[in-house]
Amino acid sequence: MIQSQQLPLEPAKESAKETTARKAGKKPKGPAVSVENLDLFYDNVQALKGINLEIDQRQVTAFIGPSGCGKSTLLRCFNRMNDLIDSCTMTGRIMMSGTNILGREIDVAELRRQVGMVFQKPNPFPKSIYENVAYGLRIQGMNKRRVLDETVEWALKASALWDEVKDRLNESALGLSGGQQQRLVIARAIAVQPKVILLDEPCSALDPISTLKVEELINGLKEQYTIIIVTHNMQQAARVSDKTAFMYLGELIEFGDTDQIFTNPREKSTEDYITGRYG
Amino acid sequence: MINLKEWTRSGEPWVWVTAAAVSACVLLVTGLLALIVLRGIGHFWPVEVQEFVYLEPDGQRTTIVGQIRTREEVSAQRLAESGVTVEEGVEKVERILVKTGNRDLSGMDFRWILEPRILQQKAPYSMVVLERQEWGAFMGQLLGLKQDGQLVESTDVWAGFQAMIDRADGLRDEIKDLEQKEIGHLNYQIEELRLDERRLQLRGVDDPARFERIETERQKLKESYLVLEQKLMALNEAMGRDSVIMQVAGGTEVELPVGTVLDAWKPNAMGPFERVGHFFHKFWSFLTDDPREANTEGGIYPAIFGTVMMVLLMTVVVTPFGVIAGVYLKEYARQGLMTRFIRIAVNNLAGVPSIVYGVFGLGFFIYTLGGSIDQLFFEAALPSPTFGTGGLFWASLTLALLTLPVVIVSTEEGLARIPRSIREGSLALGATQWETLWRTIIPMASPGIMTGLILAVARAAGEVAPLMLVGVVKLAPSLPLDGNPPFLHLERKFMHLGFHIYDVGFQSPNIEAARPLVYATAFLLVMVILLLNIVAIHVRNGLREKYKGLET
Repeated sequence: MIQSQQLPLEPAKESAKETTARKAGKKPKGPAVSVENLDLFYDNVQALKGINLEIDQRQVTAFIGPSGCGKSTLLRCFNRMNDLIDSCTMTGRIMMSGTNILGREIDVAELRRQVGMVFQKPNPFPKSIYENVAYGLRIQGMNKRRVLDETVEWALKASALWDEVKDRLNESALGLSGGQQQRLVIARAIAVQPKVILLDEPCSALDPISTLKVEELINGLKEQYTIIIVTHNMQQAARVSDKTAFMYLGELIEFGDTDQIFTNPREKSTEDYITGRYG
Repeated sequence: MINLKEWTRSGEPWVWVTAAAVSACVLLVTGLLALIVLRGIGHFWPVEVQEFVYLEPDGQRTTIVGQIRTREEVSAQRLAESGVTVEEGVEKVERILVKTGNRDLSGMDFRWILEPRILQQKAPYSMVVLERQEWGAFMGQLLGLKQDGQLVESTDVWAGFQAMIDRADGLRDEIKDLEQKEIGHLNYQIEELRLDERRLQLRGVDDPARFERIETERQKLKESYLVLEQKLMALNEAMGRDSVIMQVAGGTEVELPVGTVLDAWKPNAMGPFERVGHFFHKFWSFLTDDPREANTEGGIYPAIFGTVMMVLLMTVVVTPFGVIAGVYLKEYARQGLMTRFIRIAVNNLAGVPSIVYGVFGLGFFIYTLGGSIDQLFFEAALPSPTFGTGGLFWASLTLALLTLPVVIVSTEEGLARIPRSIREGSLALGATQWETLWRTIIPMASPGIMTGLILAVARAAGEVAPLMLVGVVKLAPSLPLDGNPPFLHLERKFMHLGFHIYDVGFQSPNIEAARPLVYATAFLLVMVILLLNIVAIHVRNGLREKYKGLET
């Protein structure tokens, strides 16, 4: 495994080299995240079984599979959201920039600044649109008005929301529609400049038009971010992702290019699921 | 015909039952309030003064002057048993309670008279009611005025009398100012000097120059005290200048010093607007005056002040404690047997009788904590205790303890209501648990926390029993807030509306005079609680508005 980034857990302070690379749209080499022999238990129930997976940088990777197969659980391993559940224990490694993020010594808050997450239901804070986007920066102690203004504008533009909300930045975020809220939450996540963005069924609570907008957004964002998306909607996985992982009963059944998974799956159960025979 | 089974199934009876339960509650509450308001507020209405010609049981005719308080029917048998002769064949007799006033002359200010024995009744226009500093009300007719012992020749005696009362009012204000502000301040300084001296003695300082300085200081203060005393005596003398001659029922003439008269009015000559004006004037002075005559006359301002002050202090103490404890229990503590045990204990604490808290406050706060504080910081004042006796601070602390469970429980409930997604959203942005709590969760839970505070305020303001042990008194010499540093005197004893009700109702030497005051004070207590609650509810609604949309 090539370790391209040396200091892994310093958010929003990427090296000059990286910045130029990012601006040039060049893809750095090596996987963004690699999962090695990951097992996860809730008390005595094993929810993830021996997962091995490498996720490429600046690509969209989709996790599909029937309900309860462990795809959301796996996603929540990447930013240690499972820590909130007392009964959850993990073995194995998840390497990110050369560091095992499951390690005890990891500063979880720092990790989460690098690995942003968007949830199934839009969850804006009961604050103004502006403060929602600025939340992550304020947490990091940034209080300079100019920097905040610039970042909020940039993040809202990047999430294709700027034109709709630029005149009411100080109004409550709860007044936005569901689709707008979800894009706001994405803006909030990218405002802290994470390296990886996790999307946990981001469109399941949205109408088709809002879904389309979010999908377009995902397409745009992958130029700069590594995106992992969990979805129930196979058309969506086919539309937005470069690679697809099919999971079933806590195991990773098949992982490969999206085209290959959907047109020519290697495993029988993948084919059954994709063709709608169960799930 | 309606099928009964069908009707039951439709759920309509259930609607009726629930509606009936609500109506019963509403009726009871409004009934309670109406009773308190009518009985209490009526006290301030200028009731007409009647003049009765009355046939006494011994056959004599007497004149009784007074205001009708109540009427009731009593059975003739009961009257006969108590030794009153009743005509044959009469079963029920109406009797009237008359407030006659003039307690200094007749020894009593209320009497029952029997309706059938009233020979004549009229309400002369010229009847005057006086409110006095002592001996309660006075009723009679105005005859004349005296100034320095000489009869004043005047065409309008009533106007002259009013002018004299106004003058006396002005003088009384001056005297009060002098006594409370200037002399009070002097006394305070002299006491401070005494404590300074004592402190020096305790420290074993034997530098005569320092004691001398204190002594000269004290002499200076004493001299200025003498000046003030002269001023006071002059004012008191001026107070004694005027007197008024009144004729009471039966024709006796009485001379009263105007200095003791607080107010005079002619209820029988008043028009409806004048009556309403008089009512509000009396009600206002009830709110703003100090009590007189063992709390049976005058106002209740110190009690209102003490109640509000104590509740505010209690809120200041209980809010941080309760909220912090609730946050720990809900957010940080590992949920298990221990937290469950603590929750049960907290809930049970809410059920402990309040007098038990009073005993705890007395034993722990006052004797142990207060005693130690006195030893450490107020040694000079010993043996008279400073914090080692009941006071505003200990009462607030005791009530804070009493209301702590309510705040803890409501904080926990408020925190539990915040959706998990909000927490995760904040954590996923790299916030620590503390930042998440402080920036998002606690603001969002604040309406729930406010609900707990509202309950706490309502409970604390209405509590009486523990207060009797930890600092409430029948009559406090001074308010806990004044112009002498440190301005807020937490160690002072204070008055409280709830205790005032108990005191006026049960410890009063003049039951009939005190009865309306019990209702009026109860009414005010309800009003104070209502006001405190309205403020808190207003704040909560503001917070709710700010964080609305949470419930989805």
